[in-house]
Amino acid sequence: MKKILVVCGNGLGSSMIVEMNVNAILKDLGKEADVSHTDLATAKSEQADVYLGSEDIVESLEDGKKNVVKLKNLMDKNELREALENNL
Amino acid sequence: MVDLIMNDVLGTPAILVGIFALVGLIAQRKNIADVVSGTLKTIMGFVILDAGANVIVLALGQFSSMFNEAFNVDGVIPNNEAIVAVAQQSFGTETAMIMLFGMIVNILLARFTPYKYIFLTGHHTMFMACMIGVILTTGGITGVTMVVVGSIILGALMVLSPAMLQPFTRKITGSDDFAIGHFGSIGYFVSALVGKAVGKNSKSTEELKVPKSLGFLRDTSVSVSLTMVILFFVVAAFAGPAFIESELSGGQNFLVFAFLQGLTFAAGVYIILAGVRMLLGEIVPAFKGVADRIVPNAKPALDCPAIFPFAGNAVIIGFLFSFIAGLISMFLLPLFGLKVIVPGLVPHFFTGAAAGVFGNATGGRRGAVIGSMANGFLISFLPALLLPVLGTLGFEGTTFGDADFGVVGIVLGNLINLIQSNLLFIVIALALIAGLFALGWKKVQKVEEETKAA
Repeated sequence: MKKILVVCGNGLGSSMIVEMNVNAILKDLGKEADVSHTDLATAKSEQADVYLGSEDIVESLEDGKKNVVKLKNLMDKNELREALENNL
Repeated sequence: MVDLIMNDVLGTPAILVGIFALVGLIAQRKNIADVVSGTLKTIMGFVILDAGANVIVLALGQFSSMFNEAFNVDGVIPNNEAIVAVAQQSFGTETAMIMLFGMIVNILLARFTPYKYIFLTGHHTMFMACMIGVILTTGGITGVTMVVVGSIILGALMVLSPAMLQPFTRKITGSDDFAIGHFGSIGYFVSALVGKAVGKNSKSTEELKVPKSLGFLRDTSVSVSLTMVILFFVVAAFAGPAFIESELSGGQNFLVFAFLQGLTFAAGVYIILAGVRMLLGEIVPAFKGVADRIVPNAKPALDCPAIFPFAGNAVIIGFLFSFIAGLISMFLLPLFGLKVIVPGLVPHFFTGAAAGVFGNATGGRRGAVIGSMANGFLISFLPALLLPVLGTLGFEGTTFGDADFGVVGIVLGNLINLIQSNLLFIVIALALIAGLFALGWKKVQKVEEETKAA
């Protein structure tokens, strides 16, 4: 199963909301994945298949190896759905 | 047996929240693996929180000694995570009970009043529950009464705060899809009003070119480490090597000691955040699940970064000017005989940035600058005024940071001290909330008409 990690600055508020949105969309798409959320510092050392977060935050995760998906508007469910469809 | 259940099981906050999670997971008909891991993780989150508190208390103690030696006044670092983690050691059960029942009150209010907001910023719910518990207990209201009164206050705040901001949030996001659920809301509200007053014909911040390089401060561990190391260095320089090396560090060089203490504080915050994340991992989704089923047209009230994408420049401008106001306040506070509130990058970044976005929405550049400065002054003076009503917790060298904690705490704490009879206090507190509900509803209608007319 693929692992999706949602990342925000604090790893408490917005990333948790996005995690709930991701779960809802995955259910809708009929796909399964292991979804969790965390803060930026932890994300750097945690393994995942997809790193998801707002543009200005997850930019610093890019090291050429990680699959980092940058969202313009974290709360836009259509953008999120598109990003998930393209990356799973 | 009763004693065992009441004191050792329900009286242990870690187990109490574990039971909440367990019941919630079973109610959602999760499979056994999810129930077991969810329950254990929730309890572990609480234990981690406690461990983080112990780390932070050590660093805070050193900071206070150095600050006092250097400037002869007490310095306080407002940090929600730190104060709540410390408070859990004596107010854990109160926090857990008020939080759970506050969420239920939130759902009921959303179901039966026109305020359809479900407050999903779980850590702020927890922090507010903690503060209300501390203030009521300090004021002599305990037991079931405290839980009932506390949850009504918390639940009411969970809908009032997003409702107050909604006319402006709508203006920022251009939709009515979500609200802001963050207990810095009074700072944002003031910023939006200030913006409206001063920002006539001022252009939006989004037409400016602002370097994005300050964005790295949104990484909490980086900004906490950076602030604390700088703070410890400055204070260490004023306290002097002689004092530190003989009294505190046991001979270790004073700058090395200061550096490590700054990072110890940051490490404590990191541990606490990890604990809070684990603790809330099951509770918030369950809360949302229940709310979605019970409340038709429920509107999620989200953490403040939700509006950051709508005005990226206002985020940076808001942070800078809020922080500047915090620095100015540091020198003003002693003049009023108040404890010195050391400005932290984290509260100024998150609430200053959000205040900037709100100020920009109503008053363009001028609104963003002056509005976020107003927020900066609020989150410096309110924590200082809050300290006396927190009882013994007011002497821990840390306090609640964001504006709403200050306003709610100061109002409740002073009411409870002023009014001798507990019953009368409860009546007045509840009447105050009812009044706010009525006023808020009228105000919202008025603002809505204005926005329509404009």
